[in-house]
Amino acid sequence: MAKREYSFYPGCSSQKGASSSSNYLVSVQTMCEELDVTLNEIPDWNCCAASIGYSGGGELPRLTLSARNIALSEEHNPGQDIVATCAACWLSTREAAERLHEDEGLLAEANQALAEAGPKLKNETPIKHMAEVLIEDIGFDAIGAKVKKPLEGIKIAGYVGCQTNRPFGIAGESFENPVYLDKLVDTLGGESIPTYEKKVQCCGGALAFSEPEKSQEMVKGIIEAAYDHGADMIVTPCPVCQMNVEVYQDEINETYNTKFAMPVVYYSTLMAVAYGRSAKDAALDEQVIPAKKLDELAAK
Amino acid sequence: MTANPAMIEKYRNNFLKEVEANVEEGEWVKMCMQCGVCSGSCPLGTFWDHPPQEIFMMIRAGKREEVLSSESMWMCTSCYNCIVRCPRELPITHIMHGLAHYAKRLGLVPQNQPTAKFSQMFWDNLMKKGRVNELKLGLSLCFMNGFGEGVKTAMKKQKLGMNMLKSRRMNPMEAIGGHGVKDVSGFQKAIAKAQELEDARIAQHGAN
Repeated sequence: MAKREYSFYPGCSSQKGASSSSNYLVSVQTMCEELDVTLNEIPDWNCCAASIGYSGGGELPRLTLSARNIALSEEHNPGQDIVATCAACWLSTREAAERLHEDEGLLAEANQALAEAGPKLKNETPIKHMAEVLIEDIGFDAIGAKVKKPLEGIKIAGYVGCQTNRPFGIAGESFENPVYLDKLVDTLGGESIPTYEKKVQCCGGALAFSEPEKSQEMVKGIIEAAYDHGADMIVTPCPVCQMNVEVYQDEINETYNTKFAMPVVYYSTLMAVAYGRSAKDAALDEQVIPAKKLDELAAK
Repeated sequence: MTANPAMIEKYRNNFLKEVEANVEEGEWVKMCMQCGVCSGSCPLGTFWDHPPQEIFMMIRAGKREEVLSSESMWMCTSCYNCIVRCPRELPITHIMHGLAHYAKRLGLVPQNQPTAKFSQMFWDNLMKKGRVNELKLGLSLCFMNGFGEGVKTAMKKQKLGMNMLKSRRMNPMEAIGGHGVKDVSGFQKAIAKAQELEDARIAQHGAN
């Protein structure tokens, strides 16, 4: 397979061994090794303000955050598409690039702000989510060709969520019923659930912290629907979805008298295991709710 | 038929003009045709005092205080359902964030609005070092309603914290220092400059 290189924007939550989506970073690195993809981290990248920083951060300061990352990428990793693994990182960066492209006044102001620190924004770099890299640049055939341990007999609900899906989404996919995660599960030899009703249901996003009851009620529905279909686990491309759906199950069980213990993994977790890598390389040891069927397969 | 600018002006009250000038993507508000798809698509729709379509009409009706002091826009989860379904393609999510930010700027946010508080904490947290420190953010969230409440919340969240620690997705060492950008001063200068430029633009239009 041809070697590919990208300018990588890992995001705040990816911090290894210290933050909520450390497991995402570990499994993505494993997946990329197998697919011959090199990720060159954007030097000195900053937070994108996600979709919750708007109280203190007005439009221009938030656009400037993303502009700094794009400018640093253009300076240090020229010619490489930016790739983000986090839905919010991808969304903020791509949104900023588009808005600065459409509005010359804002672009001039953003560059004036950036001039305080050095980098200048050309704003010519495509900004991709890792799911786009997999589907559009690499393709399902090449992804399938690397499978050493098919995920046989594992039933997996593809939970796409919000921000990897709207407003940009993956080219050719529908906002209401995207099918790429189901196709990926099938490609890896697992059993997909194309009729999973909650695949684009919101988990509450950042409101999981500020409005936990409202968020957990939605998460309950996401998990319940997966159980209704007999799923062994849920797979998602978004770190906010992964955390919100996985880690509050104890609290949900207490509130609703349920007995949920539904593992929630990333596409990269599935791929690392299907590619024959260890539980550690797939970051299965960083699950709050163990994905037993993947543990067993990885140990084989 | 040609548009009559004088008549159009008559229907553009001061608050609509203020929103168009000062609120992110505010110039789109007049495009709403009141179909209600946004309100029906919102995952937290039932919790909004005034769903987006109503907010848009209230802006056009000049209900400044009621809009800006509403909790409604703080219910937005940024799921983008409304944006992709709006037949007029209004960037509704961004307008809601814009209204929330403008309300904060004018000091009109209802006291103790939890998402308003968390949103501000998130921003303050990221501004310190250029990257969000999840541990510190979690602790500020826990104690956002004072020490007594905070201890209760901490007890309730003990198991969650232990789970995150055990799975190595939280690190107590982040409490001292923690990660950040190398060029903190350049980073802060750039964002301060952006803030200054935006403040100047808004001052020029005036917040009547």
